[in-house]
Amino acid sequence: MKILVCLSNVPDTTTKIKFSEGSSSIDTTGIQWVINPWDELSLTRALELKDDPANGIKSVTVAHVGPVSSEPTIRKALAIGADDAVRINAESPDAYYVAAQLAEVIKKEQFDIILCGIESSDYNGSMVGGMISEFLEIPSISAVSGIKIESGNPVITREIDGGKEIVTVPVPFVAIVQKGISKEPRIAAMRGIMLARTKPVKVFEPVTVEPLTQIVVFEKPAPRSACRYVDAENPAQLIDLLQNEAKVI
Amino acid sequence: MSVLVYTENWDGKFKKISFELVSYASEVAKMLNTTVTALSIGKIDETELKKLGNYGSQKIISVFNDLVETLDNQVYTNIISEVSIREKASVIIISNNNTGKALAPRLSVRLKAGVGSCVSKLPLNINPFTVYKKTYSGNAFAHLVIKSDVRIITLAQNSFNLIETENNAVIEKADVTVNSSFVKTKVTDVKKQTGKILLTDADIVVSGGRGMKSPDNWTHLVELAEALGAATACSRPVSDEGWRPHEEHTGQTGKIIAPNLYIAVGISGATQHLAGVSGSKYIVAINSDKDAPIFEAAQYGIVGDALKVLPKLVSAVKEMKK
Ligand SMILES: Cc1cc2nc3c(=O)[nH]c(=O)nc-3n(C[C@H](O)[C@H](O)[C@H](O)COP(=O)(O)OP(=O)(O)OC[C@H]3O[C@@H](n4cnc5c(N)ncnc54)[C@H](O)[C@@H]3O)c2cc1C
Ligand SMILES: Nc1ncnc2c1ncn2[C@@H]1O[C@H](COP(=O)(O)O)[C@@H](O)[C@H]1O
Repeated sequence: MKILVCLSNVPDTTTKIKFSEGSSSIDTTGIQWVINPWDELSLTRALELKDDPANGIKSVTVAHVGPVSSEPTIRKALAIGADDAVRINAESPDAYYVAAQLAEVIKKEQFDIILCGIESSDYNGSMVGGMISEFLEIPSISAVSGIKIESGNPVITREIDGGKEIVTVPVPFVAIVQKGISKEPRIAAMRGIMLARTKPVKVFEPVTVEPLTQIVVFEKPAPRSACRYVDAENPAQLIDLLQNEAKVI
Repeated sequence: MSVLVYTENWDGKFKKISFELVSYASEVAKMLNTTVTALSIGKIDETELKKLGNYGSQKIISVFNDLVETLDNQVYTNIISEVSIREKASVIIISNNNTGKALAPRLSVRLKAGVGSCVSKLPLNINPFTVYKKTYSGNAFAHLVIKSDVRIITLAQNSFNLIETENNAVIEKADVTVNSSFVKTKVTDVKKQTGKILLTDADIVVSGGRGMKSPDNWTHLVELAEALGAATACSRPVSDEGWRPHEEHTGQTGKIIAPNLYIAVGISGATQHLAGVSGSKYIVAINSDKDAPIFEAAQYGIVGDALKVLPKLVSAVKEMKK
């Protein structure tokens, strides 16, 4: 079986988000780019599955839609342990466009298990994984917190309200992963970093797709009112404020 | 033209978020000068369906067939897209919960409809159709233009108030034929807790961080939650240490919640933590360090030792409830 991990390249979460002139895009100067945390965890899980030969995972590939400037993120994934990578050479105007490009690659290269994160920390879309599955007309399983292979068949744990479900599904399918998929992201070792330089990155030109949405302007979140302090000796006053001022209890 | 709202039910019952969605859909419909149709899928009785009318849905379509019990995404996508075509929907509204996140992207591709996800306000403009959406984990909001003729909105939980109105809804049972051949997922086991307030549903959440010092100290926090009818949550190090169950971890790599009230006890307020709770209407911080970043996100704060403050808070809540 071949696994594909879709990687989104995002600003480190501690980044102070600033906007460019006119606020139609973010100011990228000084931003530290990282693999979207969910994608790092799904890559980790994919590699764990491949480590056990009994699972029969032939390869773990990473795919990213982005310009050449996002190659360091792809190299990082290769250093962590992915076997090879695909980059679709395009900006990512919206989720529909990105998913259409990834679906095209999956058709060409035939993957069995496709892993996407529940959301990218920049766009907060929660869209790309589900869209890929619909473009390919294959099953998608969302809120996936566990994935294993039993006698050659994928067995998925899915989070539901107040519990979990075990789901089986034949390949190919898209799993949209969230918390639980793996504990700690795997880190690149020196040897991995050396090896990554020689691992293949295929570059595809995008197919023509019309994006369906467009961000026209960004704004900062509305400032919260300044914190109102209550004396630690008199917490009853807090309860009074919550009841009569905020009216939330 | 119409606005279609998908109202999920839980064992035949709607929740507050279903009514929030319908209220929101009615306001969108007013902006577009059209009407709201609510769609319910699964077994549910008429009195429950009728409740959707209280929030402005003029027409309520109820679909049930055996395939819906498979809970397969593709079955639901089929039904919603079919009904939206029949109803000539120009806007489809779904919750931004797990169900919405599973269905909205599939519907988008099926109907070639652009999606604004995690939207927390009414559309800013209807021509061009512009929505207000969360980005950068709440550190920025985007004005997003949806260019397609059909638009999908997933509405952030707890971001819209209920609006009651006169109920003149008609209920219609509809059939949608679904091709069963593509249903390939199979649920083989379910483990479910009952009776607990779900973190993602809760109006009030009481959450503890490393400042709670030890798992034994949670008794007071749990007592406060019980007194308030709140769910309990925690920061990541707390669940990593095994002090609290993993389901309670909120933040960028945990659950993203948006209750009316979030009480953070002994939590420093790291960006990654705030990414999961910044959608809360009110944040209360209880922390011994007056410079803790959580106070910048909070509207109410107590600088003090959590272990001393919590018991007093519990008494105060009990006093109030009397
Ligand atoms: C990629 C990544 C993802 C992450 N994702 C998450 C996430 O999803 N969720 C998350 O929570 N964190 C996440 N983190 C970790 C995050 O950066 C912080 O380390 C974490 O939130 C800190 O937890 P805390 O506030 O409980 O502990 P601390 O930072 O140790 O803060 C404890 C607080 O308690 C206060 N305190 C101490 N004693 C008392 C007392 N007696 N009474 C009252 N207050 C007291 C202190 O003043 C301090 O402010 C992530 C980190 C990374 C790098
Ligand atoms: N530009 C991209 N290239 C490859 N995969 C992506 C890209 N953007 C998003 N994804 C995948 O889709 C997931 C959800 O992203 P989003 O729909 O933007 O919230 C991410 O966790 C990635 O797995």
